[in-house]
Amino acid sequence: MITTSENKLTAKDFVPDQDVKWCPGCGDYSILKQVQTIFPDLGIPRENFVFISGIGCSSRFTYYMETYGMHSIHGRAGIIASGVKSANPNLSVWVVSGDGDSTAIGGNHFIHLMRRNLDLNYLMFNNQIYSLTKGQYSPTSEKGKITKSTPFGTIEAPFNPAELALGANASFVSRTLDRDPKHMQAILKKANQHKGTSFVEVYQNCPIFNDGAFFAYSDKETKKEEAIYVENGQPLIYGENNNKGIKLNGLTPEIVDLTTTGVSANDLWIHNEQDKTKANLLARMFDAVVPDVHFPRPFGVLFAEERPVYEEMMQSQIENAKAKKGEPNLDSILSGDKTWTIN
Amino acid sequence: MDTAQEQVAGNKVNFIDTENVVIRFSGDSGDGMQLTGTQFSDTSAFFGNDICTFPDYPSEIRAPAGTIAGVSGFQIQFGSKEINTPGDSYDVLVAMNAAALKVELKNIKKGGVIIANTAGFDKKSLRLAQYSDDADPLKDGSLSDYKVLEIDITKHTKESLSGTNLGNKEVERAKNMFILGLIYWMFDRPTEHTEAFIKEKFGKKPDIAEGNILALQAGWNYGENTEIFTSRYRVASAELAKGNYRSITGNHAAAIALIAASKKAGIPLFLGSYPITPATDILHDLSKYKASGVKTFQAEDEIGGICSSIGASYTGHLAATTTSGPGLSLKIEALGLATILEIPLVVINVQRGGPSTGLPTKTEQADLLQAMYCRHGEAPLPVIAAASPSDCFDTVFEAARIALEHMTPIICLTDGYIANGSEPWRYPTEAALPMIKVHFASKDEWKEGPYLPYKRDEKLSRPWAIPGTPGLEHRIGGLERKHETGHPSHDPENHEFMVKLRQQKIDKIADYIPEQKVNFGKESGKLAVLTWGSTYGTVRNSLIEMSKEGKEVSHIHLRYLNPFPKNLEAVLRKFDKILIPEMNNGQLSVLIRSKYLIPTISLNKIKGVPFSADEIKAKVNELLNN
Repeated sequence: MITTSENKLTAKDFVPDQDVKWCPGCGDYSILKQVQTIFPDLGIPRENFVFISGIGCSSRFTYYMETYGMHSIHGRAGIIASGVKSANPNLSVWVVSGDGDSTAIGGNHFIHLMRRNLDLNYLMFNNQIYSLTKGQYSPTSEKGKITKSTPFGTIEAPFNPAELALGANASFVSRTLDRDPKHMQAILKKANQHKGTSFVEVYQNCPIFNDGAFFAYSDKETKKEEAIYVENGQPLIYGENNNKGIKLNGLTPEIVDLTTTGVSANDLWIHNEQDKTKANLLARMFDAVVPDVHFPRPFGVLFAEERPVYEEMMQSQIENAKAKKGEPNLDSILSGDKTWTIN
Repeated sequence: MDTAQEQVAGNKVNFIDTENVVIRFSGDSGDGMQLTGTQFSDTSAFFGNDICTFPDYPSEIRAPAGTIAGVSGFQIQFGSKEINTPGDSYDVLVAMNAAALKVELKNIKKGGVIIANTAGFDKKSLRLAQYSDDADPLKDGSLSDYKVLEIDITKHTKESLSGTNLGNKEVERAKNMFILGLIYWMFDRPTEHTEAFIKEKFGKKPDIAEGNILALQAGWNYGENTEIFTSRYRVASAELAKGNYRSITGNHAAAIALIAASKKAGIPLFLGSYPITPATDILHDLSKYKASGVKTFQAEDEIGGICSSIGASYTGHLAATTTSGPGLSLKIEALGLATILEIPLVVINVQRGGPSTGLPTKTEQADLLQAMYCRHGEAPLPVIAAASPSDCFDTVFEAARIALEHMTPIICLTDGYIANGSEPWRYPTEAALPMIKVHFASKDEWKEGPYLPYKRDEKLSRPWAIPGTPGLEHRIGGLERKHETGHPSHDPENHEFMVKLRQQKIDKIADYIPEQKVNFGKESGKLAVLTWGSTYGTVRNSLIEMSKEGKEVSHIHLRYLNPFPKNLEAVLRKFDKILIPEMNNGQLSVLIRSKYLIPTISLNKIKGVPFSADEIKAKVNELLNN
């Protein structure tokens, strides 16, 4: 899939002649910019990129990339992309979807895509609200949220998309956010490198219907306490001046103060991308795993495992059958095994 | 059996020559009646008979043994003349138990033969078949109109296998081979074909193979050596057109038609599908053709079936999805997308009784209007329908041609009756099949300006540039497209223009399909019967028979339902009356009436079973006499 083209592409090569029509201040602009920025570095010919999107603000993304693309129907981007990638494994396939598109109307396709593990990249723009339909709660909206369709607050428990993806047997689960371009670029590159379905949850601000939902993780005053950036092989450290760490007591995470307790970095939870049990814990840590303890929200690659990808297994079954039986000619298929002749 | 003349053949048993025979094998779901029927059909086809079969099984996989709900039947009509249907009523019924007799009794011809397995008529079996206390149809004289042959098939099978090492279960299972051997004897058919089949099927289990062959031969010998049969029957081979034949079901024909179309188009085949009765066999069949490069994708649901196919089509594959009525309903939103994307896609709908789960294993033609109109917005699509099991090949191949050459999704309708039924098929060679023209756009053709994904050719179809083509990167999608550029557009003038353009494009397919002909009878007259889909066989049969009685009625059969052939109105207007028999509430009538204002007459049957010739003839006679 990865080949180098003679003339290196630039970000501008991925900008089409169409006006971008997101609202001013929308987090989608940042995501578009980061994607266009890293694409020339991936070494993939432009004609081999395919974007498949569903419906929602996020899904207009396809129109803003000078690549092949299909802006499809609500919730179906992942399964259309599965057809694309199965049919032509040489393409670099990118799905763009939102929290509603992925976890409400497209929930079924989402979980099955994760377990099948096609080698494609799945960007889920999570703004925890339905924006294109002008402000109803989504499956990721926090409980109690007042929206146009829940004037008395939602009564539904939300999905945690990373946890959902892990539960659906995803081989790569990551989280980043619109207001941290560098981090997003690094995650996008890792997602591209990962062979398998790479799930990238992007916290994305909707300035109109859910403004500031994720500012705690990017605002200077709060982000050190509210966000933790995980790196493979590194201890879980965060806080102002990196003064806090997370330690595992059995399978129970604990917050420790590194300045007063004498706990050293080596005693902390060392992030291991391949440990699924811990990845599950990490993905849902902030959802009150331990009552009354406020954990920071993890960003980074939470889980990554190498395992066979669908389209290659599909292709190898075909190659094996051909090697074993030889490719039958059409005449033998038309006649079948048992024939008779009338003269 | 239409005509029968006695001949003395041997000392004890007469041979009766007859033109056609209908046999119904009926028993419990676990009795192996489908296999028995298929074997008898294959042997008769090899012998040179024209045949038509009808497997009729319950939707329960194994309903409680011995109950009416568990009765599974396989019907075959074979003859020395043209056979177009599995037959309306049976000359011979094999009833493996009381429930089978109870279900089938109403369809046995007077004077017909009933072979009853007495082991299936014990007290328990009679009770399970809901015969009232002490009633036993074999003893109470209620079958006096028929020739009843009572045989303890179970016991005889056990005796024939007493020298083998087979367990009770295997012995019990072999009883269908005993009955098959007996029926082979009765119709003067050799057992060799089935013996070869058994050896192949149980190649790794020689004990079981041997046991089944013993049972088969024991059945044959039972006929030869006992005196309960006074007659045997001979059905000469049919005068079929010269050529090479095979037996084929509609679903298998559909599967290999897709392979053939992909080869003739020079592009790979992709099937995205979700299992649903009675369409699933197409998925089963295609998944076996890995060595031919066929990609099959069992999706998570019906929507996934069509959407994965849309994705594959986008990359330049011949893409298909297979389903039945409720599944088509689930695919409708995606069909709207495929319509506005204007990409090729073959949707095969094997119709069954509806609405909802309805009669999942029974046949119906009630999805015609769904195929025609069930879309959001103005979303015209071509619709074509198959007439018989072998016609499923030609129709699906043609569907693929239209989809690829006209850049459109297409709905191809078959139904449970022809999908599972089989008939001899004079199969084509690869060389005899037409090429399907597929062209992928390249940058060389678009040097002058930007690629215009929605520019039109003479067919009003658009170019197909697939991902991976340098320089033709472009976006398509479900938003209304601007004429030629394909950019999203909310311009009101453009929307109306595009709606009309998409309609014209589908209408224009009429320029690329054959004109309508009168399939049987004269080109004008008092009455024509207009059919579509699987009613073809019964109507053709009925009208051929009526013509022998001097009744002139023409038969017009439609393959192309949208667009109609250009000359259809002119063809229809040459008749005083048009009768449309349909296994629905009159859906083709709605189309013909609305399009041509011709006051068609409907004959409707919505019982999950095909029309009988008698039903067609009665209505035709009524119209001829009034």
